[in-house]
Amino acid sequence: MSLPSRANRVTLLAGTIGLALAVTACGSTEPKPSASGGGSTSAECAAFDKYGKHDGKTVSIYSPIRDAEADLFQEAWKPFAKCTGMKITYEGTGEFEAQIQVRADGGNPPDIAFFPQPGLLERFAKAGKLKPASAEVKKLAEEGWSPDWAKYSTVDGTFYGAPLGASVKSFVWYSPKMFKEKGWTVPTTWDELMTLSGTIAGAGVKPWCAGIESGDATGWPATDWIEDILLREIGPEGYDEWVSHKLAFNDPKVVAAVDKVGAILKNDKFVNGGYGPVKSIASTAFQEGGVPITQGKCALHRQASFYANFWPEGTKVAEDGDVFAFYLPGNDPSKKPVLGAGEFVAAFTDRPEVQAVQAYLASAEFPNTRMKLGTYVSARKGVDTANAQNPIDKLSIEMLQDPDTVFRFDGSDLMPAAVGAGTFWKGMTDWINGKDTKTVLDYIEASWPKS
Amino acid sequence: MTTLTETVARTRAVTAPQRVRRRLTSRVASAVAIVIAVLWTTPTFGLLLSSLRPEDQIKSTGWWTFFSDPQLTLENYQEVLFGTSSSSGQMMSFLINSIVITIPSVLLPLALSTFAAYALAWLPFRGREWIYIGVFALQIVPLQMALVPLLSFFSQGVEVFGLQVLPGWELEGSARFVQVWFAHTCFALPLGIFLIHNFMAELPGDLMEAARVDGATHGTILRKLVLPLVGPALATFGIFQFLWVWNDLLVALIFAGGTAETAPMTVRLAQMAGTKGNEWQRLTSGAFVSVVIPLAVFLSMQRYFVRGLLAGSVKG
Repeated sequence: MSLPSRANRVTLLAGTIGLALAVTACGSTEPKPSASGGGSTSAECAAFDKYGKHDGKTVSIYSPIRDAEADLFQEAWKPFAKCTGMKITYEGTGEFEAQIQVRADGGNPPDIAFFPQPGLLERFAKAGKLKPASAEVKKLAEEGWSPDWAKYSTVDGTFYGAPLGASVKSFVWYSPKMFKEKGWTVPTTWDELMTLSGTIAGAGVKPWCAGIESGDATGWPATDWIEDILLREIGPEGYDEWVSHKLAFNDPKVVAAVDKVGAILKNDKFVNGGYGPVKSIASTAFQEGGVPITQGKCALHRQASFYANFWPEGTKVAEDGDVFAFYLPGNDPSKKPVLGAGEFVAAFTDRPEVQAVQAYLASAEFPNTRMKLGTYVSARKGVDTANAQNPIDKLSIEMLQDPDTVFRFDGSDLMPAAVGAGTFWKGMTDWINGKDTKTVLDYIEASWPKS
Repeated sequence: MTTLTETVARTRAVTAPQRVRRRLTSRVASAVAIVIAVLWTTPTFGLLLSSLRPEDQIKSTGWWTFFSDPQLTLENYQEVLFGTSSSSGQMMSFLINSIVITIPSVLLPLALSTFAAYALAWLPFRGREWIYIGVFALQIVPLQMALVPLLSFFSQGVEVFGLQVLPGWELEGSARFVQVWFAHTCFALPLGIFLIHNFMAELPGDLMEAARVDGATHGTILRKLVLPLVGPALATFGIFQFLWVWNDLLVALIFAGGTAETAPMTVRLAQMAGTKGNEWQRLTSGAFVSVVIPLAVFLSMQRYFVRGLLAGSVKG
């Protein structure tokens, strides 16, 4: 009898201490925001009235975006935080995938996380860790994004969060200057692209350069290649089937698509401009894969829109500049499926201030503010391309906003991690290193989780 | 008879190290040692050279091109240490965080394991051996296994059969340093107790007995007798623990988080290359900044380090 009562007393004592701590914590933070928030209910804050007042509340955000990009995010939502009176703490990490799991399991999840992989979001949603998005966020997402996007954060019919940023992967970088000098033109079909590659090779320059080395994620740029071509070869519906494993990884259709990529990446006449033979692709860092274009040693480099940040300093990224990108063409120029990626804003808690942040991030105001500060691409409708900081962002946004565009998410981010972040990467690296297509695809197929 | 074997054993014990010493001081051995030292230092030297080269040079050529095309700049250090935008390093403020994390994380386990080691070595009580074996066995448990339970201990407290025994700590902001200290102390104790216990147990029992007869309490014995004698062991463990905590990324990442308020330099270093690794030239100078303090500590204390390592292994 004495044991529980003693334990109770301890709990009570500990509870009192905790309460005292909580009270002092509130006492110290509360006056500051209300003082500043009260003073500035002027015109600049009028736009944020609809999000309500959340004086003294804190919302924590956890995300894989860090460094300079993270600074711009924090700067972009500063007026929102100030006007609503809340404090937003931001934490960017390079180990997002592992850390978010540890924090959620340890009972210490952030309020909001930016998920770069819909597959990961789905796992947390199925485990019951995520809170469904509020009706308002859902409404904003429905009016802002095409259904292609919304479905990636919908799990078993429940919508968990709106998309945030986006990147377009279906780009081929080239040098407009070089093209003009040599009289080459931007191809609009796959056949034209291959003819152009032949012409360039004939001129004594290896047309393509690539790099797939990326630490423990080595191989991912090659998987993007495969996905892009597959999307063109078997169409968006076929692509969805492949991603969800209704179409086997070693299906003849997939083999054909991979061989089509191989006609470029495994052709010693076509690669690896500026670096060496085919195998040098595997040892070249993806950040440096396209750099030979600026030295005239290579003409074409397939990489996402974010590659704009990787060019050496002083490189002008524009349609009439040193480098620019064109859409990776398919067989039929009238169909333009776009492969891309992005983040999704999902919440672990459903406090009003957390939902207010989600709603703000889902509105058209946020991407517009963010774009004015620096390079950023959002697929949201209502984003003004005039705010884009560089021509490649503008081109990406136009492509994403085009109602005829069929958007598909990077497949390796949707597959089970064992494949999408494992054997697919490894398989493609082996493939570059000389293994044949069928062996590699059989290996990836065999690694697909059985359950 | 016994004295004879003892002397024989002793002469052998003396000659064996002498033989080893003689062999190791030969010219050939010295040459080999120098070659090994050069091989081991080359990458570090390359990193140092890289950190002093301009960004476009780092990214396009290897450090050895420096000898044919010498270009030096302190720009990387400037950016990493004193950059004004929050993206460019600001290592100075994270350096402070690292120090704030490291000092208590070294002193706490040092103090606790000294007390524990003394008790386990010189206080006769029942179950002493079992406790010692238990502590020793705990070294086998990998740190990674304890991360999630410890995190939930901090955030939700302890609940036994639905009864809240301990509340969650609810630490926010800079109070989260406490979590890191706590975690590092927990993880350090098994090795600390083991190391210092072995050293203390070697001390002659007569010394303790004499002190007891003279009326010294355990507190006095520990303070006046044992502590001066186990100095090298404490220094060894202190340096071990210092280097481990200073270089730790995992524990800090989980318990301190990645915000500028509490994150140590290692966490900052990991973020500094940018989301897609396009600013990796900063890592060269960042790595050197983070290495300066451990280097200074090691060089100034290496005397103890070597002595402590040897002292535990050779008897007499």
